[in-house]
Amino acid sequence: MNDQSAPVITMRDVSKYFGDFQALKSVNLDVALGERVVVCGPSGSGKSTLIRCINRLEAHESGEIVVEDTVLTDDPASLDKIRGVVGMVFQQFNLFPHLTVLENLTLGPKRVLGLTEAEANARAMKYLERVRIPDQAEKFPRQLSGGQQQRVAIARSLCMESRILLFDEPTSALDPEMIAEVLEVMTELASSGMTMIVVTHEMGFARKVADTMVFMDKGEIVEVGPPEQVFTAPKSERFATFLNQILNH
Amino acid sequence: MKFIAILAAFMLLSGCSGNWGWYVVDPTTTKGMINLKFMLSGMYYTILLSVTAISISVVVGLLVALPGLSQKVGWRRFNRAYVEVVRAVPVLVLILWVYYGLPALSGITLSVFWAGVFALALSDSAFQAEIFRGGIQSIAKGQYEAAQSVSLNYRDTMRFVILPQAIRRILPALGNQLVYMLKMSSLVSVIGMQELTRKANELSVSEYRPLEIYTVLVLEYLVLILVVSAFVRRLERRMQAAEA
Repeated sequence: MNDQSAPVITMRDVSKYFGDFQALKSVNLDVALGERVVVCGPSGSGKSTLIRCINRLEAHESGEIVVEDTVLTDDPASLDKIRGVVGMVFQQFNLFPHLTVLENLTLGPKRVLGLTEAEANARAMKYLERVRIPDQAEKFPRQLSGGQQQRVAIARSLCMESRILLFDEPTSALDPEMIAEVLEVMTELASSGMTMIVVTHEMGFARKVADTMVFMDKGEIVEVGPPEQVFTAPKSERFATFLNQILNH
Repeated sequence: MKFIAILAAFMLLSGCSGNWGWYVVDPTTTKGMINLKFMLSGMYYTILLSVTAISISVVVGLLVALPGLSQKVGWRRFNRAYVEVVRAVPVLVLILWVYYGLPALSGITLSVFWAGVFALALSDSAFQAEIFRGGIQSIAKGQYEAAQSVSLNYRDTMRFVILPQAIRRILPALGNQLVYMLKMSSLVSVIGMQELTRKANELSVSEYRPLEIYTVLVLEYLVLILVVSAFVRRLERRMQAAEA
């Protein structure tokens, strides 16, 4: 159904307002199956809003978002279908603090996918091993470090067997020494063929992993291209200035 | 507990002055023991009434709180109207109205016990609704977003993610309401419920020693509520320990 070149996410003229403030201004973006997109830009540029619109944590006002042939609307059926395909990792992890790591991972599979306890546990352990913390399964989130919590959050998305993962500044709330372990897991995911859209300021990660760099400013996509091209020869003044600021900070 | 002992000692001592007539409730005499047992027998209905009423008011309160959190204005108005109206009626008036007014109005006659439960639960449900609303609103938006991102529907999100956290937070407030309910149940004595206060009233009428009898009544409530408070605090600690 999806050949390699057909986009799995299509955004056409997507606009989003918060009151009078226009957070997204007619944004267009295509993401192909298995493509790794890194979105960067100054704060308030609309990059988080962009990915939050894809699984409708924010509702766009105009334009069209299509995920795997499903047009995103308020219709619960379209919403369920798209959220079933798209997983999300948050800046603040948003783990469920009253549940153990294992329960955090199995809640969705059991309630939404209808897995049995044993099946859900087996799946959870498989993905905990993939993010390299199987020994923490019985602990509560608050007993883990930030880096471990974020890896649990990634495993939670993987447990839903999402085909597309959205990352909203996944390392911004982490202490510097924990950023590497999370990026490592994300790099591994990328090499496994997962379709990913990552909002981040980690330019090293972008350079290494991204197929496509997207630079946003003031609600617009200012520059799009493969990292080697946009990093070495930015076409826009704004992106050049931004790169200068974050690479020489 | 030390406080009660001191209070009791004080009363015994002052009893020597001649103004008190502790013989009515003196456990060393047969008469006093019979009277004490009579008074304590009200404990059964005080507890049964309060626990039944609060079990109902917690459920009703939650059901009233949820529309208050809705995006839809109509639902929120229902919540506000319920809370404002129910909260505005004094509990005693509600008890009298349910027991004497409801049968005349609807033909439904409730027993004294169920009339009491109905009035207490209705009155308390408005406060429970506000407690639940506050507790649920205190849960961070990220928890809903995380639940949505794993495709949980509204019911499962509430049941497995939001309410378990909210209930932990409002446990002290729920404990307060239980204490409040135990005290409010004394009002049901006016329609003849045989609970602590009613027993004390009846004994006082036959023995003409209201001072001693009502003092014992105060102690009965005090002990009951101190025990309940200690139990609630233990529950809170255990719930916190489960997460640590």
